[in-house]
Amino acid sequence: MKKKILILLALFIAGSSVSLFAQDVDRTKPPQLPAPKSLTVPALQQFSLSNGLKVVLMEKHEVPLIQLNVIIKVGSVNDPADKVGLTNLTLDMMDEGAAGKSSLELADAIDFLGARIQTMAGMHSSGIYLHTPLSKFDDALKLVSDILLHPDFPKVELDRKKKDRLTSLMQMHDQPTAIAGAAFNSLLFGKEHPYGRMINENSIKSFSVDDLKNLYAKYFVANNAYVVCVGDIKTDELKIKLESILGKWQKGIVKEDKISDPVQVNRRIVYLIDKPGAAQSVINIGRIGASRVTKDYNALVVMNTILGGSFTSRLNNNLREVHGYTYGASSRFMFRPIPGSFIAASSVQTEVTDKALTEFFKELNGIREPFTNDDLNRGKNLVALSYPGNFQNVAQIASQIEELVQYNLPNDYFNNYVSSMLNVKADETNAAAKKYIVPDQMIVVVVGDKAKVEEGIKALNLGEIKNLSIEDVLGKVPVL
Amino acid sequence: MKKIFALLFVLGSFAIAQTQIKIPYTRYVLSNGLNVILHEDHSTPTVSVNTWYHVGSGYEKVGRTGFAHLFEHLMFMGSGHVPVGEFDKLLEAAGGENNGSTTEDRTNYYEDVPINALELALYLDSDRMGFLVDAMNPQKVDAQRDVVKNERRQSYENRPYGLSEETILKNLFPSTHPYSWPVIGSMADLSAASYDDVVEFFRTYYVPNNASLVISGDINPKETIKLVEKWFGAIPKGKIVPPQNPAAVALNEEKIVVLEDKVQLPRLYMTWITPKRFSPGDAEMDVVGNILAGGKNSRLYKKLVYDLQIAQDVRAGQSSSKLVSQFQIIATARAGHNLTELKKVIQEEIDKLKNEQPSQRELQRTVNQYEAAFIDQLESPGGFSGKADMLNTYFYYTGNPDYANEDLARYKALSTDDIQTAAQTYLQDNGRVILSIVPKGKIDLAIQPKAEGK
Repeated sequence: MKKKILILLALFIAGSSVSLFAQDVDRTKPPQLPAPKSLTVPALQQFSLSNGLKVVLMEKHEVPLIQLNVIIKVGSVNDPADKVGLTNLTLDMMDEGAAGKSSLELADAIDFLGARIQTMAGMHSSGIYLHTPLSKFDDALKLVSDILLHPDFPKVELDRKKKDRLTSLMQMHDQPTAIAGAAFNSLLFGKEHPYGRMINENSIKSFSVDDLKNLYAKYFVANNAYVVCVGDIKTDELKIKLESILGKWQKGIVKEDKISDPVQVNRRIVYLIDKPGAAQSVINIGRIGASRVTKDYNALVVMNTILGGSFTSRLNNNLREVHGYTYGASSRFMFRPIPGSFIAASSVQTEVTDKALTEFFKELNGIREPFTNDDLNRGKNLVALSYPGNFQNVAQIASQIEELVQYNLPNDYFNNYVSSMLNVKADETNAAAKKYIVPDQMIVVVVGDKAKVEEGIKALNLGEIKNLSIEDVLGKVPVL
Repeated sequence: MKKIFALLFVLGSFAIAQTQIKIPYTRYVLSNGLNVILHEDHSTPTVSVNTWYHVGSGYEKVGRTGFAHLFEHLMFMGSGHVPVGEFDKLLEAAGGENNGSTTEDRTNYYEDVPINALELALYLDSDRMGFLVDAMNPQKVDAQRDVVKNERRQSYENRPYGLSEETILKNLFPSTHPYSWPVIGSMADLSAASYDDVVEFFRTYYVPNNASLVISGDINPKETIKLVEKWFGAIPKGKIVPPQNPAAVALNEEKIVVLEDKVQLPRLYMTWITPKRFSPGDAEMDVVGNILAGGKNSRLYKKLVYDLQIAQDVRAGQSSSKLVSQFQIIATARAGHNLTELKKVIQEEIDKLKNEQPSQRELQRTVNQYEAAFIDQLESPGGFSGKADMLNTYFYYTGNPDYANEDLARYKALSTDDIQTAAQTYLQDNGRVILSIVPKGKIDLAIQPKAEGK
């Protein structure tokens, strides 16, 4: 055995490209796979507290951990027009002093438990997110209750946070991907639309303690919230604990703010934002996409996986593997209650910016042609068969339950997901591509070295080119 | 992103519960020297195949920096029986996800797949271990060279403060030391890498006796080891891998370095050479990092960001590696403040930690956070931070895959006196690199070299 190996090694080193070992196993084709095992997710337990607060629990007992998210139906879309960023700041301030405990006292108590309590705002919902070892759950829950029900919003902490925000806004001027993202959203949705408007120096400076308190009073009521819990706890036990902590949370009257659908792009415009000396150009291309509740959802997910949602996707394969223009290219749909964006993006070497744009549009046009079975099956399989990997940790599972509740998806959604994705038909993905990927009705944002890239982009004749400065996008660099 | 290399600065990835938590495993060594470690986790019908090659940028030759990471990219370009592109296509068609990463010490690869695709992952992973160069050619090297150069542009050159690491390493270590260059390497060296280099590197380092394979998930160990034997067993053993033997390093001066960058705010980096991973002093410096800058009540955060509000952020931590580690403090000044002001406060806090023991609560708060972080790690079988990678980490650095309890025990055993001693021993004023990155044309915001300096 040893001798044989030595001889083979000698051949190997001599540069033989024929490998003589491993004759006993057939490598000429990949092994046949048995059928996938099916996924059965533990049932969701649902109950309400005495004040009507809805709770959804998935018991998961492998590891002694608890994830508990209290979700409030308020987000940045609810910011008043002259107070953009208010919801975000309000959530950020909730753990900066509560129930008489100072910001530092709260942080010390949480850190000492080894728990995490995050207070974060999204576009349509916000939350207090607790992640804790089971052994610290009771103590952590009391802190959640302080933060959720008794935030103090101290002025001194607000003033500190405002400086932090202004400085972050200042630092955005350094970051080409952040500049591109901000430009893309405000140009696509418009500066007035809740999906397109931006935090700015004036709004940050205008925030007062009363603004925060008013927003809190308006939306933070038990009937405008729900709880998602995943972890090593039984339903009955959770019910008792939550009743004592959150059962007395008051109800209120919450009026729903209507948000208008964004207006679709009707031609192609290129926005060139100058960043002199940039080693790469950041490219964002897109248009208005689809709502999470569209009947085209499954087809869109599969179609986008093929276009730019996976490593072997056409965009990544073309721009990275075939041409070497970039470290990665991708696309995605931002699914929201009303249509969010479809965006295709990459950072490409400055010198090949025009060539990269040509390849982007080649793929955006190409996706409208019928798919090969091979492409379609790989896309469907990747979406469907990788799904069990989403049920490994409590935080990840909780966010999926959140989506289920937010969009009123059926309770058997998780267990039916795999088969419904595998059932997506070719004509559905083709129709989705034609309907949603319309390359001559898209905005193109490029953040890069204008002196080097402008001429090449012009020669492509993609459409009107508008030049912008970073300050046009972000405003002047703020002063503290 | 695909084929990224891990950040040098990874804080807190350990800990364990009061009750002993084990990651039960079975270990085999194949006749070709491949170490195989199996762990059962039946919580979801998935499995992670996690392969470590015991080579990283710290094994590179001068003039070929970045090569270990470029090689990692080539591992996805097909092998003797797998045409280019098929590695990823076959895995995605089975619902699998995969990636790889390179550090100074090692290169890792994982395939997280539904359990029915375990054999596919083993087929693909063994084919590139046995037959990568059969299908290699200069065109593939060129293609990934372009991708890696764009990775360098994206993650370093086009990112604010992106050239800090390269500058610090060059000053922290002598140019002969393998940690003196970053994992990504230089553009010139990436250009110089050749097809012949690939063949030589493969035959030297990508041999079964220089690798370890962890399989973690919904497996039957007895059947799994048979599959491993089937696909990996006949790959010939390589020569003994040449050991790394760099000279011991110590920095006996304070180096002051200044860079200008297109940034709004100045940032200060202070870096020391500290004890290697899992050696005495390593856990102490983890705790020092947390006491200085972990959370709102940490000393530097509270002083610089919370009370004085002269900094936008501050971080501190030990980045542990095989030969030596680095301890680093990073702080960004607010507008209107310079780095001399920040350094003064940082120095005061370092001196305070050297002069008096931290409180018991500060130490306990840190240890409690590490315990909780460990429990978190037990949730995921795969990926870059799940149990499979953890087993390989412990195996590579300590020889014992289930070193988790010992790892946490290091922290639990610490006294406040140990922390003070570590700060005194390792945070020397005359053995560190101080880098200022300032906005273009604003050198006056930087730490100024001492008048009596070189």
